[in-house]
Formats: sequence, C-alpha cells, structure tokens
Amino acid sequence: MAKITFIAFDGTEYVVDAQNGSSVMQSAIDNAVPGIDADCGGQCSCATCHVIVDDAWFGVVGKPGDREEEMLDLNPEREPNSRLSCQVPVRDELDGLVVRLPEFQM
Amino acid sequence: MRTAPFLTAIAMSEQTNVTRQELMTRSNKELFEQWAIDVDRDPNSVPLAELDPGHPDLFEARKELPYFERLRREAPVHFCANSMFGPYWSVTRYDDIVYVDSQHELFSSDFRLGGINIGGVADPNPDPQFTLPMFIMEDPPKHDEQRKVVAPMFAPRHLHSLENLIRERAGKILDALPRNEDFNWVRHVSVELTGQMLATLFDIPQEDRHKLIHWSDTTSNIGNPEYFETAEEGFQELWKCWAYFADVWEQRKAQKVPGNDLISMLVHGESTKNMPPNEYLGNILLLIVGGNDTTRNSITGGVLALNQNPDQYRKLRDDHGLVASMVPEIIRWQSPVAHMARTALADTELGGQRIRKGDRVAMWYISGNRDEDAIENANRFIIDRDNPRKHVAFGFGIHRCLGNRLGEMQLRVIWEEILKRFDTIEVVGDPVYLRSSFIRGIRELPVRIRG
Repeated sequence: MAKITFIAFDGTEYVVDAQNGSSVMQSAIDNAVPGIDADCGGQCSCATCHVIVDDAWFGVVGKPGDREEEMLDLNPEREPNSRLSCQVPVRDELDGLVVRLPEFQM
Repeated sequence: MRTAPFLTAIAMSEQTNVTRQELMTRSNKELFEQWAIDVDRDPNSVPLAELDPGHPDLFEARKELPYFERLRREAPVHFCANSMFGPYWSVTRYDDIVYVDSQHELFSSDFRLGGINIGGVADPNPDPQFTLPMFIMEDPPKHDEQRKVVAPMFAPRHLHSLENLIRERAGKILDALPRNEDFNWVRHVSVELTGQMLATLFDIPQEDRHKLIHWSDTTSNIGNPEYFETAEEGFQELWKCWAYFADVWEQRKAQKVPGNDLISMLVHGESTKNMPPNEYLGNILLLIVGGNDTTRNSITGGVLALNQNPDQYRKLRDDHGLVASMVPEIIRWQSPVAHMARTALADTELGGQRIRKGDRVAMWYISGNRDEDAIENANRFIIDRDNPRKHVAFGFGIHRCLGNRLGEMQLRVIWEEILKRFDTIEVVGDPVYLRSSFIRGIRELPVRIRG
C-alpha cells in the first residue's frame, strides 16, 4: 500500500491509495486521475503515461529500464526525472510518493 | 532483387531472380491481371493456405474485413506463400500486433531487409535511383537519431500554438463549400486541410500545397496501373519532388537565423544535415505521406462512418462534447494505415507458428482494431466509448506515429467547426476506395450540404 500524490499541470493535487502489485499508471487510471492516457495499457509501448518524479523521490523510484529509456528518449518534452508510470510498480517504500503530470502526453 | 520503394504497393512476385530494371519497368497492369481475384467470392470458401488478405483489390472493393475476421478466428498468425508481394505472414490479433510492434530487436524495419510494407524485399545493395531511405525504415540508432531531429515539430506544446491557425483555416474551407449541390468531400475538405497544414510545417508557399498532394498521391499509387504504367514512371515524378525541395534546402541553409520548419530542422540536424539525395527525398516523402494520407482519410472516414451509423450522428448533434471521444474512434474505425510490415531478424515463434529469420511479417492494424477479444463491440462504430484510445492505429513501440497528436487535433478542430455550421453532411453516392492494402484510403466521397 502506498499513498501517491499526482500533481496535474494546473497544480491540482490528486491523492490516491495505491495497491502493491499494481503500477503507478494503473493506480491513476483506477482512481480517474486525469492526464494519463496509457494507450497501450501498460506495455511500455506508447509513452502516454509519462510522469515527472519529484526530486526527493527519484532515488527511491529509480531510473528507467532500457526499453523505457528508449521510449522516453524519443519524447522531446521529457525531463531528467521522467518515468513511464506503467513501469513503476507500487510497493510499500513508495508511500508518500509525489509525481507531476506533464502538460500533455505525446 | 531490389529494395522496396517507400510506402508503395509495388508488387513483388515470389521469384527471386527478377532484376531491378525488370521490376521498375514491369507493367503494373499486367501484374494486376496476373494476380486477378474475384473480390465477391466468400472468404470462407477459400482454402486457408491460399488466403491472401493483402491483395489490394480487396481493399478497393471494401471486402477485406471478413478475411481478417476469419484469420483472427482460424489462423491468427497466418502464412501466405503466394501473392503479388511474395510470401508474407499476417498477424491479425490485437495483442500479437502490440507484441510484434514492440519488439524492434526481433522485427526489423530496415529497408535493406525489406522495410515496412508487404511489397518490400531485401536488397543489400540498393540502387539509389529507386530506393528511398527514410527513418521509419531504419532500426536504432539511426531511426532514433533522425526521428528526434523532427520530433519537436510534433510535440504537443508546439502543436498547441498551431491550433488557432488550423481552426481559422478549417472555418474558411467549410465556409466556401457549395450548398445544395453534390461535391467530393475528399478534394474540397480533407485534402485541403491536410495540404495547407503540410505547407505550413514545411514553410513553403500555400499555393504549392497541390504539389505536395500530388507527390503524396504518387507515392501511394506508384504500383497502381490507373496511375502509372510502370514504377519507373512514378519515380520520375518523385524526383521532381526532390528538385523542388533541393531549392528549399539551399534557401534554408542560407538563412542566418534557423527557421522553425521541418526543412530547417533537417538542414541543422546532426544526423540529417549530410543526407544523400535519395535519403533527403525519402524523408520528405515520409513527412508528406505521414502528414497527408492518414489524416485525410480519417477526416473522410468520419463523415462516412457517421452516415452509415445515423444513431451516432444524432448523438453527436445532441452533444458536441462527444467530439473528444469520437476522434480516436474515427481513427480506430478508419485505420488509415492498414498494415506495417517487419522482417524477422531471427527464428522465432508466434501464436504457435514458426517464423524464420528473414521472413516478412505484416501487422494488420485494421484487423487488430476489429478484434472483439481486445475491444468490446469492436465491429461497431460508437462515438462515446469508455476507452476509445485503446486502438492500434498509431502502432506501438519506437515507431509509433510521430504525428498522432497533430492528426487528432486536426480531426477535432474540423469536427468542432463542422458542428458549428452544418446540421448534416449527407453522403449522396458510393465512396471510391484506394487500391492499396497499405494506406486504407477513400479517394472520393460524394456529399451534399443542404441549406
């Protein structure tokens, strides 16, 4: 279990209770957090679940894997802390996680 | 052997001893005659092994869907040994398509190995006159490097700044339409809007948009006997496109302040500034066809789908807010790119079938988008679906459509402007479909607007 805060581009905060075994993307979708498209449904194949991890949390969340990095790398609007949220599994250590949503999904 | 020209339906029979010269000068008409089929036959009467779902005549007759329905049911990974394109695998289920599309290490887009449509064949020493390299037909790292050069143009933040311009143009196009008389929606609206957009992205004079449209149509019809006797004839037209853009290149290169247009991006891009002529032409045509045929056919396909589903048109009239969910539904329904093909880089297994290294594999987006196991009521056009973005029309993985947001925006804006003006765009005659199993297109759609 982890409480995750999604901060939309306009500053609105959405706090959700995420279940272990789910992904950060799925937790957003399940709780109707706007701003995540997740067109491919969690296969790391569309890059439309892009989030920017809060600086304080990036070390805990960790860097993207090779395939994810490949997808992120093609997005000109990516940032150093960018992750594809379908590739971030929910776990207890993420309790309190804060991620920002980009203005647009590409 | 020769390599595939870009995005074309140059047909390729399975013999491997054909010289390039023969392929380029072979009669398109004779080839279609040689592979003629009865498009009205019952697809279930054809032995499975002889099923050739990529035959362009099926698409021209709009009879392709029952073939894919049968393949999804009986042979979701299917091998066709004989076709005008040579042997090819068909992948027809949604999940399998996502898998193949995402595995670029295993399924290559490289034009030297055959490229991205079923007409392509391997050629390690391609003749530059008849070969057009472009980044969609490259694997990493070259694909990634060149794609990144033009990607900022299609980033949503930049597109946002174009929305007002698109809206203004859409309004002008719609306001100029004739009333109470029949006209071809494709020419008057779909082609106009996408042509004007392309001229803007290239920053060339608006009146030259007709040239872009011509070169786009040339590319999509290079193997079509109604357009060209031979492929060579089509290539002669395409090299005129190069001549035009060679001037634009010099002009942009001479600018002191780099422009914010696609050609300037290519001029200054590290991986694109030294391209040979055929690669420059290839990438230009990629941007033209990518930005033209796809959106054009979705704009037209939406008008057709709403006419064929009057209950949905009624729903839209009652609630203009449904445009947002209708846009991805139109793209799914139309599937303007019917397939993308890959070449297997190693022996592999898919759906219980053994695919060999070097085999050509077609991912049929049009079929994945009708797969009832993945999409509820996939064979119905429903503009207010719960999850309309679940479709495979843009592809997945590193080659996913770069202009997807631009296409969606153009569709959204044109529909918002249509609804402000017209109660109904009435289809008054039979559509004419493109003879291609690559671009799923509509050439003519006779319509009438009353008032």
